[in-house]
Amino acid sequence: MYAQMVDTGAKKLRALEDMGPEERAFQERVDADVKIEPKDWMPEAYRKTLIRQISQHAHSEIVGMLPEGNWITRAPSLKRKAILMAKVQDEAGHGLYLYAAAETLGVSRDQLIADLHAGKAKYSSIFNYPTLTWADIGAIGWLVDGAAIMNQIPLCRCSFGPYSRAMIRVCKEESFHQRQGFDIMMTLCRGSAEQKAMAQDALNRWWWPSLMMFGPPDADSVHSAQSAQWKIKILSNDELRQRFVDQTVPQADYLGITMPDPELEWNAERGHYDFGPIDWDELYNVVKGNGPCNRDRLRTRVRAWEEGAWVREAALAYAEKRAARAQKAA
Amino acid sequence: MSEWPLWEIFIRSQHGLAHKHVGSLHAPDAEMAIKNARDVYTRRNEGVSIWAVKSADVTATAPGEKGPLFEPANSKIYRHPTFFPMPDEVKHI
Repeated sequence: MYAQMVDTGAKKLRALEDMGPEERAFQERVDADVKIEPKDWMPEAYRKTLIRQISQHAHSEIVGMLPEGNWITRAPSLKRKAILMAKVQDEAGHGLYLYAAAETLGVSRDQLIADLHAGKAKYSSIFNYPTLTWADIGAIGWLVDGAAIMNQIPLCRCSFGPYSRAMIRVCKEESFHQRQGFDIMMTLCRGSAEQKAMAQDALNRWWWPSLMMFGPPDADSVHSAQSAQWKIKILSNDELRQRFVDQTVPQADYLGITMPDPELEWNAERGHYDFGPIDWDELYNVVKGNGPCNRDRLRTRVRAWEEGAWVREAALAYAEKRAARAQKAA
Repeated sequence: MSEWPLWEIFIRSQHGLAHKHVGSLHAPDAEMAIKNARDVYTRRNEGVSIWAVKSADVTATAPGEKGPLFEPANSKIYRHPTFFPMPDEVKHI
């Protein structure tokens, strides 16, 4: 759900009988949980959708470094600073695993980055919110990374081999992110009244955007059905969201802070928490580019890319010069 | 400007094990490929040795040839020890 609302190009699902022999063989492999590898035959729409989904996921990891990077120089202690740097470095690594997975589908990384910078490719809506206090770093690790894990664990079983392998690597590292966030929240909640109020304020601001990360309700989406048939989406948006709420509410209880939702209540009959309505207009608005930080995030990415151009060029020129010299000497 | 070439990264996770493919990355030359691989693939002591190979230098079998290429092994089940039933009285074999 670092990838939201991924367009599959599908108008309706097709049954096996309606498929040509190649597509049918492909779907039967997917149904039998055989992984699809980059050089295998695949429907063009599957390839395009995966490029969209994996690159959106990669862009989210990279843009996701910005809200947290904002606090590296302001972390309250050397220990917290070192931990935050390690976490942000992991996010860069996750972005790289994912770009590499997308590249196996025959698209260049420069093209993917150009699409992000041109506003053609999306990244998760969550990274368009500002990190106003240190408690936001706690809330991001606890809630945003918690929501990410919820989505990424099932994706380890997705049908495309390179994506599945990248997800396995990411999941191994992600648990540290969530725990370091919860640890920050715990420390604040055990601190002064002012510190606890900071933790509550961060929860108030991050709770609803975290629930929006899972994407629109299932009822609205033909793309979800297609992605499920291709097994590049394993659980539905609403299922993942409910699991996340069920797992997170008791953690907030432990911290002694409360979700900003007066309708949140345990429903013994369903065995789940009921929660209040989500403001979908806010999500669509942020996805369209009108969140609090969209313009700033994109501007920062483009500037980093442009200001790094001379380094990329110089490194390549140096490598070419040395290769030419070695060839001459031989 | 052209992109940095793509490299395939192989890591030996412990002494005594073979290098295993872990993923790929872009780097201008072999030295930088190793340095980048250190940061991308071994942040948690995952390895004791790294190989970097230019992706363009890898020769691979084509998925379409899978049938004819591997078929010869399918019919030679006598290559497996279980093909030969052994009497219960015979030990250590």
